[in-house]
Amino acid sequence: MMMNDIATAAEASATGGRRIGEVILDLQNISLRFGGVKALTDISFNVREHEIRSIIGPNGAGKSSMLNVINGVYHPQEGRILFHGQERKKMEPHMAATQGIARTFQNIALFKGMSVLDNIMTGRNLKMKSNLLQMALYWGAVQKEEIAHREKVEEIIDFLEIQSVRKTPVGQLPYGLQKRVELGRALAAEPTMLLLDEPMAGMNVEEKQDMCRFILDVNDQFGTTIVLIEHDMGVVMDISDRVVVLDYGKKIGDGAPDEVRNNEEVIRAYLGTSH
Amino acid sequence: MLYRENGQFKASYAADQQIFPILQDRVAIGALLAIAFIVLPLFGSEYLFRAILIPFLILALAALGLNILVGYCGQISLGTGAFMAVGAYGAYNFLVRIDGMPLIGAMLLGGLSATVIGVLFGIPSLRIKGLYLAMATLAAQFFTDWAFLRISWFTNNSSSGSVSVAGLNVFGLPIESPVAKYLFCLVVVCVFALMAKNLTRSAIGRQWMAIRDMDVAAAVIGIRPMYAKLSAFAVSSFIVGVAGALWAFIHLGAWEPAAFSIDRSFQLLFMVIIGGLGSIMGAFFGAAFIIVLPILLDQIPQWFGIPLSTATTSHLVHMIFGALIVFFLIVEPHGLAKLWSIGKQKLRLWPFPH
Repeated sequence: MMMNDIATAAEASATGGRRIGEVILDLQNISLRFGGVKALTDISFNVREHEIRSIIGPNGAGKSSMLNVINGVYHPQEGRILFHGQERKKMEPHMAATQGIARTFQNIALFKGMSVLDNIMTGRNLKMKSNLLQMALYWGAVQKEEIAHREKVEEIIDFLEIQSVRKTPVGQLPYGLQKRVELGRALAAEPTMLLLDEPMAGMNVEEKQDMCRFILDVNDQFGTTIVLIEHDMGVVMDISDRVVVLDYGKKIGDGAPDEVRNNEEVIRAYLGTSH
Repeated sequence: MLYRENGQFKASYAADQQIFPILQDRVAIGALLAIAFIVLPLFGSEYLFRAILIPFLILALAALGLNILVGYCGQISLGTGAFMAVGAYGAYNFLVRIDGMPLIGAMLLGGLSATVIGVLFGIPSLRIKGLYLAMATLAAQFFTDWAFLRISWFTNNSSSGSVSVAGLNVFGLPIESPVAKYLFCLVVVCVFALMAKNLTRSAIGRQWMAIRDMDVAAAVIGIRPMYAKLSAFAVSSFIVGVAGALWAFIHLGAWEPAAFSIDRSFQLLFMVIIGGLGSIMGAFFGAAFIIVLPILLDQIPQWFGIPLSTATTSHLVHMIFGALIVFFLIVEPHGLAKLWSIGKQKLRLWPFPH
């Protein structure tokens, strides 16, 4: 525990005074089954405010299922989830969004027929308050609202450096840019917690560096708590504050990157054992 | 060379977000409206209004409504004829049962009746998708066919099952002559097209498209699928209902349930697919293709003085029309609206290749 605190404090000073706060998401004894398949078994871990928390593990370890549990797509059969100290009952995905949890997907889940601008604007839909009739007339207040949100969206577009493609339908963009747009759509909701499911999968080194920079900047500038699934161990060990390791739906390691790196069980899961 | 946006800089987001951001487009649409509102009423023949323009406008309106549901929200529907029927009979009942009910009031109330039925038959969309949903909406079609044929209350106990309206007027102006009918339809269509465009470019439109493109991701960013889908059904069937009322009141005058049979539902779905899913303009292209083209094809032999019997002509029209549908769908599966926007894109660079 002591080690852990020192590690996080050192990390905080290294990234420029970013303060890791209280536990905001606490998962206790989560079990998730699909029929007879146990996707997650008795998993407990927590996420602290402002930290970058990574979930790693071999393929099929249950990482994406874990994210789906956090934002309400899957409903675990057992276990408790406390978000900001309050226990969550039955939960629908849009409720997670209203509580400030945004996410990106492993396989890009953008709205293919819409432009970059519209995709990111859609991310702000929870903040738009006009009703149907006002929108049909598109008068005064609605237009003002659209413009106010457009300004926010343009800030995100600037931040992610995708100005030149803002009117392009996302289906026509290269893979790396699509991933960036998806991050933009998640950021548009101004989330307090951002779930990233393999944001760097299939990218080359430059694209990965860009994406790392965006993630660190989001964390640093907006104080967004980040839960990250990633296979690139270099990236994970570099940018994470704490790492949780899953294997076959069970938790086999949890702690600062260095602790996890030296954890026997983690090494065994990744490299196999000699018999 | 003519269609360039060079030098048209946008200095504000409001300027960037207008419906027609390019000057040439604004000029073109202005000219089109001037022709529709001024030139055609002055020079159009009665045949042109009765047989071509009025049906074109009304079915374009219905296609527009359907396009909101199918093209923007991705929920397939085969109940369009039913929603038109509900709009028509709803408006009829409000008109004959309430003294002093104005025509526009009756039509809007007819639209609202269609909204209620549309939302009701839209509820299955919360559970099922695609072809299965099409089957569920087909139920609406059969149900309304039956209801308007068998429940005589809806037809004001008319003995023949057919109902009619006469002496229509708006704010004291009679809607009797073909020109008056045409102008009335044109105004209604323009107003609804503008409102539909506004909806699709604001938050609700983005929600519909989000549900269409990726429903899980849409839910995760806070869109309630139930609200988005049912609002699409509501708006769509409202517009379709008003189109149904127009079709019955203005185009037909006297009608029976067969006017809104399953054929009508298919015809509208074809319009939307050929015109272009997810495009306001597509509804107009589709309606023009399906309504106007067969009439034109029918006339061509006469223009050239080719002696063909009426039966042969009508067979030929069917064959050529079918071939054209196949041709356009192969050339551009996304419909005529997409073809149009590709053409405009090319025109922006013309005469240079890129």
